[in-house]
Amino acid sequence: MAAINRRQLLAAGAGISALAVLQACSNSPGETNTGEKKVEVFSWWSGPGEGEGLEALIANFKQNNAGVDFVNAAVAGGSGTQAKQVLGDRMRNNQPPDSYQLHAGLEAADDIKAGWLEDLSSLYEANGWKSKFPAGLIDKLSISGKIYAVPVNIHRSNLMFFSPKKLAEWGISAPAKTWTEFLAQAETLKAKNVKALSVGATWTQMHLLENVLLGELGTEKYNGLWDGKTDWKGANVVAALDVFKKVLDVSVVGTDDWQPTIDKVLAGTAAYNVMGDWAAGYLQGAKALKYKDGYDVVASPGSTGVYNFLADSFTLPKNAPHKTYAEAWLKLCASPEGQDLFNPKKGSVPARLDSDKSKYTDYLGWALKEWQDSKTVVVGSLVHGVVANNSWKSEIEKAYGVFFTGKDSAKFAAAVATAYAANK
Amino acid sequence: MTRLFRQLVLFGFAVFFLMPVYVLLVTAFKSPGEVDVVHMWSLPRSLSIENFTTVWPKLENGMVNSLMLAIPASLISSFLGAANGFVLAKWRFPGADIVFPVILFGMFIPYQAVIIPMSALMSDIGLKGGLDGLILLHIVYGLPITTLIFRNYYIGLSEEVIEAARVDGAGMLRTFAYIALPLGLPAFAVSMIWQFTSAWNDFLFGIIMTRTEFWPVTVALNNVAGAQTVPFNQAMASAFLASLPTLLVYLLLGRFFMRGLMAGALKG
Amino acid sequence: MSNFKRRARRWAPGLLLVSPSLVLLGVFVYGFIGWNIKISVTDWKGQLETDNYVGLFWYKQLFADETFHNDIRNLLIFTVVFIGGAVIVGLLLALLMDKGVRGENVLRSIYLFPMGISFIATAIVWRWLLNSDEGEGTTGVNDILGWIGIHSDWHKADSQWAISAIALPAGWALSGYVMALFLAGLRGIPEDLREAARVDGASEFHVYWHVVRPMMLPVFMSVLVILAHISLKTFDLIYGIAPLDPRTETPAIFMYLTAFRGYFYARGAAIATLLFFAIAAVIVPYIWYSIRKERTAR
Repeated sequence: MAAINRRQLLAAGAGISALAVLQACSNSPGETNTGEKKVEVFSWWSGPGEGEGLEALIANFKQNNAGVDFVNAAVAGGSGTQAKQVLGDRMRNNQPPDSYQLHAGLEAADDIKAGWLEDLSSLYEANGWKSKFPAGLIDKLSISGKIYAVPVNIHRSNLMFFSPKKLAEWGISAPAKTWTEFLAQAETLKAKNVKALSVGATWTQMHLLENVLLGELGTEKYNGLWDGKTDWKGANVVAALDVFKKVLDVSVVGTDDWQPTIDKVLAGTAAYNVMGDWAAGYLQGAKALKYKDGYDVVASPGSTGVYNFLADSFTLPKNAPHKTYAEAWLKLCASPEGQDLFNPKKGSVPARLDSDKSKYTDYLGWALKEWQDSKTVVVGSLVHGVVANNSWKSEIEKAYGVFFTGKDSAKFAAAVATAYAANK
Repeated sequence: MTRLFRQLVLFGFAVFFLMPVYVLLVTAFKSPGEVDVVHMWSLPRSLSIENFTTVWPKLENGMVNSLMLAIPASLISSFLGAANGFVLAKWRFPGADIVFPVILFGMFIPYQAVIIPMSALMSDIGLKGGLDGLILLHIVYGLPITTLIFRNYYIGLSEEVIEAARVDGAGMLRTFAYIALPLGLPAFAVSMIWQFTSAWNDFLFGIIMTRTEFWPVTVALNNVAGAQTVPFNQAMASAFLASLPTLLVYLLLGRFFMRGLMAGALKG
Repeated sequence: MSNFKRRARRWAPGLLLVSPSLVLLGVFVYGFIGWNIKISVTDWKGQLETDNYVGLFWYKQLFADETFHNDIRNLLIFTVVFIGGAVIVGLLLALLMDKGVRGENVLRSIYLFPMGISFIATAIVWRWLLNSDEGEGTTGVNDILGWIGIHSDWHKADSQWAISAIALPAGWALSGYVMALFLAGLRGIPEDLREAARVDGASEFHVYWHVVRPMMLPVFMSVLVILAHISLKTFDLIYGIAPLDPRTETPAIFMYLTAFRGYFYARGAAIATLLFFAIAAVIVPYIWYSIRKERTAR
């Protein structure tokens, strides 16, 4: 009896095997066929908020491009770590998608150097886009005067989140405006058994680090860190790193994701959390809190009036199989309708200067105002790919690991400086 | 008395092993507002299956692909491993003791190290995009471990059984098919468990080698659970659903662990 | 000549049966190792592949690299804790189950189940469980340890403890499989042999020690080799629980980060090459020794 059952099982297995092999024999890796009505777009937007935003864009695309098969090849992974690995593989083997997502800034430098991207300057000319996006942003998407991507959204990195009710409870009248004030407030909070800040997994620590550097050094010296004008080994940078160490000392340092880390602010275990503006989407969405009531947010200490930005954009790879539809996709991404469909859902601010302001409420309303204010100074994020190329950034991460365990500021600064020279 | 003691200890271990599964399940039933690391042990307010129904459509396609990948891959590589193991253990040839470590060494390759040349090779021979290339890869990289399992299992097989077959005039293939295979069932179970799990849970090869419509379930799972903002409740629900086929396989292969399989061999 | 031919007739079919595997592995394993060695002596950095010969540049850099030393130390600690733990638990469970218990199929499936859960979910759950918050925020494993009065602060302490803590989820995932391997081995031993010993007056313990144990040597080899290869390759789990964390970084993770985040492909290939040779230096002698011992045991 048992023997028969086993044999039947094996036979069934063999049957499925045969089926699978037959079925899977259709395996050509996407031949280029410009007549084919299809477009394949690569991104890492599969999470809550961004996934829905992407779907809205796709729906609009399908409406305006009837009969075109849209393949949404999104692969999750914060900042696209997984997607980039797959993408690199496809590009190396000459199987490019029709468009793929990139962070604006030096993160794109490798792709451009490898000759993977088409120059979109003519597309910009034809559609008059140069005047519709901030000039500084277009600069970050260009290398040697050629523009390589179409920006969709803007995120802000230098934000500090807190619970207004809890701050009042602890006797803190206003959120700290400088890191010195922050450290002073930390003393007050210590007496109440509350940690001043919560920080979690390594990337969130580096996110904090870049904003401490920004707050302590000011925008000019901060910008200089990334193009060689500021000496990393100089006294002021090392002093800023020492401030960072002090900040960690008064914080609860965990290994959690950013969400459980910011939850500590809501729970009253920590007073502040420095995070990008996707946190606003989380607090208003999953946590159902009201802006200014359940949570509030200001620029991180020392960076009032500064927009530490990161931006997502789409590109046109060379030899894209369906170029016409790829360009249609880019046009949609650049249009005000497209950006206003996507950004409210994503929780970011549109890159275009002429978007419908009414769609952006609560935190986004304030963010948009700051972004479009001519007095705002825009700088780029390290952690999110704007100011450092991939090789240097990965060496910085490596040096940070040593810094975190050894706490030697001068050593970290030296390592970063050496890595910059080696990877310019 | 000792039987009861054994039962209790085993039960205790079962609780330890299930502890994280409890957290996983409990989170899978919670609503987004309820999910909280500090309260990970608390029961959900209601047992709504909403998370499960939300994620299932995202996983469906992947589950089918994964089944079509894992079943042939594990069956074929186990079979080949059995053949290799049998030969290396009981039907040896000169140099068998060298071939064994040579095959075994293949286990220690980190996949990240071979992904670039492998992808280029598979593209060149046209095996990229569908499931057949992926199945081949899992078979190839499964050979070392299945060979190891079977070879070390067959070493324990007594020589008399083989001699008896040889005296009866059976050649290698017959001995393999009629003596070694039936006696190798516990090894087969162990090999299948490993290979099925390995093929089922693989992410890297799966996503590099296949087109979107052939993505295995791990890619869908990563898309639910791996974004910058993780919907923990949905992530757990999808992880649970995605793990059910492997659980089923473990249960089904249980019969092969029965005692006394070898008993018949000597008497036979 | 014909004597050789006659003997060859006996073993030739065996060699033939094994040869497809040898060819496949020759390409997919050894061919690719060769590729890694070749790339490791070039200057390939960035997405554009470059071919310039740089000799042992990357190797020299790695030997002087503090992070790399740290990674190796982490790997050694992880391997010892992980293998030790998984073997002890797996063997214990197998021995307890050997004589048969009620609900064996269910119990066995429970122990195996952790392995079947995708690493993505395992990483999230264990990141939560290994949480080290204090006071009101105490949760996870510390919640339970709190009943006995212990609180684990693994990530405030040094590397040793951090990397050992990660061995816990790894052991949780693999112990069930180790149990299955041992159980299959135990069940593969003919009952007659054990009976014969019992008839001769041996106690149960003697039966295990003198009859069962020698026959388990091959299984033990399987277990050690399998656990060792997992330990070396473990990437997804550690990366999922604590990405970029220096206290839990291993060479496999470093290789991934440097090659696929920094695009230092040549350096990644150098790390891979070093790993291969290091493993070969350990595993090959072990297998040789084990095969020799089998012969004397039989």
